[in-house]
Amino acid sequence: MNRFARAWDSDVAYSFRHSPVAMVAAIVALTIILSAVLAPWIAPHEPFNPATLNLMDGFTPPGTPNAFTGNTFILGTDDQGRDILSAILYGARISLFVGFAAVVFAMVMGITLGLIAGWRGGWVDSLLMRIADVQMSFPSILIALLIFGVARGFIPQDMREDLAIWVLIVSIGLSDWVPFARVVRGSAMVEKNKEYVQAARVIGVHPTRIVVSHILPNVLGPVLVIATIHLALAIIAEATLSFLGVGVPPTQPSLGTLIRIGQGFLFSGEWWILLFPSVALLALALSVNLLGDWLRDALNPRLR
Amino acid sequence: MIAFILRRIVQSILVMLVVALVSFSLFRYVGDPVATMLGQEATLQDRAELRERLGLNDPIVVQFWDFLSRAVTGDFGLSYRLQQPVMELILSRLPATLELALISGIVAFIVGVGLGVYTALNRRGVGSNSIMAVSLIGVSLPTFLIGVLLIWVFAVELQWLPSFGRGETVDLGSWTTGFLTESGRASLVLPVITLGLYQMTLIMRLVRSEMLEVLRTDYIKFARARGLSNRAINFGHALKNTLVPVITIAGLQMGSIIAFAIITETVFQWPGVGALFINSVQFVDVPVMAAYLLLISFIFVVINLIVDLLYYVVDPRLRVDRAAPGH
Repeated sequence: MNRFARAWDSDVAYSFRHSPVAMVAAIVALTIILSAVLAPWIAPHEPFNPATLNLMDGFTPPGTPNAFTGNTFILGTDDQGRDILSAILYGARISLFVGFAAVVFAMVMGITLGLIAGWRGGWVDSLLMRIADVQMSFPSILIALLIFGVARGFIPQDMREDLAIWVLIVSIGLSDWVPFARVVRGSAMVEKNKEYVQAARVIGVHPTRIVVSHILPNVLGPVLVIATIHLALAIIAEATLSFLGVGVPPTQPSLGTLIRIGQGFLFSGEWWILLFPSVALLALALSVNLLGDWLRDALNPRLR
Repeated sequence: MIAFILRRIVQSILVMLVVALVSFSLFRYVGDPVATMLGQEATLQDRAELRERLGLNDPIVVQFWDFLSRAVTGDFGLSYRLQQPVMELILSRLPATLELALISGIVAFIVGVGLGVYTALNRRGVGSNSIMAVSLIGVSLPTFLIGVLLIWVFAVELQWLPSFGRGETVDLGSWTTGFLTESGRASLVLPVITLGLYQMTLIMRLVRSEMLEVLRTDYIKFARARGLSNRAINFGHALKNTLVPVITIAGLQMGSIIAFAIITETVFQWPGVGALFINSVQFVDVPVMAAYLLLISFIFVVINLIVDLLYYVVDPRLRVDRAAPGH
């Protein structure tokens, strides 16, 4: 309880309680994340179990009973009688999983390379930062797409579907490590000349240990901000690739795949198949993005 | 100056070599080229002969060199999926992509600068505030969603504009253009908005903040004191000085436009190079992938090189920075 009270009194919590935008964004993001995680228990239907689908339920408009079966679906159904709400819950699960995993991948890679570059300096630093410069001059979605395409080429045909999600995570992660590495490198260069690091060096602490247990904790603040904002970017990148048909396999549709499917039904008038997944994607990406913006301002001492 | 240019050129060549290496290994190690070319009835001797003739027994460095020298002349072999020369495929689709990218870039620049100036000059107006609010949506909506929503509103509901393809095109020898026909021009509208919206908001926000900055400076006050007309001050003095960074950013964005054309082309089934690439990724059509990889990297490297050199010419401060050791 004591710890909770202390957290409640902290600057960040204070700024949170006084920012309506951050609170609404947090509520939206948490609702989506929770319902995605709990999808198998709270979803009204099992959209990807063919045994539970009834083709007669197909193209039921939202909120109205189906003409043949009399079943009602809150957000309607698609051509195969899949409940859109359940498909969105399961889709958000995959989008969030890929997004989180890609950001963690990018973060670990960026922090490691950033620490090495900042601590070692010299040619290692120049080389890594040169690579970072070159990568930053390409848009990250293009890099992710190119890595995904190349990796797909190298994977044997029978494993492509199974590995697709992991290849996707690695491609988005690899396209996104540079901001983490740059920030960590900058902070590490500042920290390594401070007195506590010199003291640790003088008493003979192993360099790896200095970097991991002394420098790393001091550079994590900005990393957290970048990670939040880049979670939103990674979710959008995943949705874009899946929309283009080069992301997750069709057996595990994410929000991007659902939008791709929905686009096909626009001309026949089944607008709900497109609209609801798009709204879910937007709500998710926007709320995470706003949270990231708020966190950046809250952790910036100059803005207090 | 010369050292800086040389270093940038060497760096660009290194990048291209790395990309070429990736695309070479795609060619060499994905699938078996001999099996792909001969089919199932070939004898062992046929295979050995073809291996020798293709140079697959040569040392890997020699093979890489052969690949490079063929790539420079634009020879990437046949597409696995379409059985046509890759370079022919790309060249036949390049005009579509370039027309789309060019028009998007120009529209984004003109509208972006115009709206930027307008919102900077009427900072408190209802018009500016609503433009700024709409621009927030432009930045946060993913490109593909903008495209899909535009199709929904303007092609499905209102039926004003076509939702896919280039319309009728006119063949001008080696270039096909959609500018000359009614349907070609109508087909351009939605893809151009989709592709240009993000760059437009970017340019608009940049122009707006630069203008606000410049309008506060002393020489603008001085110009007002001299009794110059508002028009001369706003456009002759303020806008002129904001345009230098804007032009460089806009140039840099040209690469992004070509990259994002991949998404727009897929949404609108635009018969361009980007859509070709997406298809080749789906079907693992290695020669097309390898050629596109090299082409898009080359475009980017050249654009970045030019912009870097332009920066250097435009901004004398950079020359001092570059001379500092360690960076």
